[in-house]
Amino acid sequence: MKAGFFLDRPASPARPAAKILTVCILLLVYSGLCWMAFSHSLKNWEQVWNYRVTFLNGWAATIGISAAALLLSTAIGALTALARRSAFLPLRYTAVAYVETVRGLPLVVLVLFGFYGIANAIGWNDRVSVGIVLLSLFSGAYIAEIIRGGIESVGRSQWDSARAIGLTTTQTYRFVIFPQVLRQILPPVAGQFSSLIKDSSLLYIIGIPELTFAANQINSATYSTFESFVPLGICYLVLTLPVSLWTKYLESQVRYET
Amino acid sequence: MKILLRGVTRKFGSQTVLDAVDFEVGFAHTLALIGPSGGGKSTLLRLLAGLDSPDAGEILVNGEPLPQDEESLRRHRSRTGIVFQAYNLFPHLSALGNVMLPLTAVHGLDASTARDRAMDVLKRFHLAEHTAKQPGQLSGGQRQRVAIARALAVDPAFLLLDEPTSALDPEMTAEVLDVIAELRESGKPIILVTHEMGFARRSADRVAFIAQGGVLECASAEEFFDNPSKPVLKQFLERILKY
Repeated sequence: MKAGFFLDRPASPARPAAKILTVCILLLVYSGLCWMAFSHSLKNWEQVWNYRVTFLNGWAATIGISAAALLLSTAIGALTALARRSAFLPLRYTAVAYVETVRGLPLVVLVLFGFYGIANAIGWNDRVSVGIVLLSLFSGAYIAEIIRGGIESVGRSQWDSARAIGLTTTQTYRFVIFPQVLRQILPPVAGQFSSLIKDSSLLYIIGIPELTFAANQINSATYSTFESFVPLGICYLVLTLPVSLWTKYLESQVRYET
Repeated sequence: MKILLRGVTRKFGSQTVLDAVDFEVGFAHTLALIGPSGGGKSTLLRLLAGLDSPDAGEILVNGEPLPQDEESLRRHRSRTGIVFQAYNLFPHLSALGNVMLPLTAVHGLDASTARDRAMDVLKRFHLAEHTAKQPGQLSGGQRQRVAIARALAVDPAFLLLDEPTSALDPEMTAEVLDVIAELRESGKPIILVTHEMGFARRSADRVAFIAQGGVLECASAEEFFDNPSKPVLKQFLERILKY
């Protein structure tokens, strides 16, 4: 083994064997360290195992809430992005105010105010649907900016070319702008989906029985902090890592010249 | 083909690009517009294309005044072949898709008729093996040939080419100029903005010099290059032909 076996530089890339070996060694070292530090506190699996149904229900709720919020926030984002480009000033400024307000607030504040403030005041007590709407309003502001950026990234010359061949404005959006916007925004929207899954954990503060809520409940019932929260982390990673890999794949797909 | 401009003015902000232009020209096949950058060549071409409207005055093409409202202008554009300097293809569509889009979406052809016609035109420009490629996979010269094919496939009344070779290296320039010269045989009138003086001299019937917000000279190619009457054109030609 030469010196520099573990070095990866543009001029002299590491061999695949070096990468695999690195991963194996690191896994061994870090899991060993974790074992030494936490093995004495990871003993109470049996009691936690009794609550597996609570845990799985929470996981299912997290997936369901995230999926519903993704659909709703995409719709909100698309409408907001178009409103922000509207020539009608009241509509445009409403969109700007919404996006800037939401992006300036922590999600916790939005959830607390939205649920205990607004939803309670209008007598809307279904926690799950309120949670989905609040999460969608939060995420929708970010998706609106992604979509607006996507539309703006399609150059003036594309509009000119579309007009030159005689397309109407509607046809231009349909055949020229949207197909290009879609390819541009898919990776960041997929990334936003990953954020959505993680952000849904905050809904536990308004008592929605999703994954984090379930783990917290099991912890309170069994006094087994590590045994409750280690699976919690793993369950989130199981959801977010594939999305993150998918995002990377999508990014590699959209690279065409404009 | 006949072009008539009466008092045509086009301003952008405080800048008057075309200033009350009166101009009449008839030509059999190719009219070349030359002149310094910012002189108004491209603006005039965009007006003829119906992509832009004059602030004052009127334009007649073959005796027909260009319309004012957007819907009629759109119809005018759909019957005019327009090719820009660069980047005028749709990057998400294949070469074939680019040529087919105006045929299906604007001219109402069904997909198989449109495909046949698009393939015919692409073959004619020696692009048969590139039909499935997206613009990003084509060379600059190939892209510009696809753009010309797209403009020609709709059987336009005439073609407008705005500096079609300015973004290309010399070899690709030659490749595209060959295609444009070949169009002469198809009998479609061409109005061309170009910096390729040699090409203008060989292929154009008439050459117009556009500078200082107007058409300063318009003559047959021979007379234009060999015997320019205006000092400002002489100066321009001397400068541009120096190297």
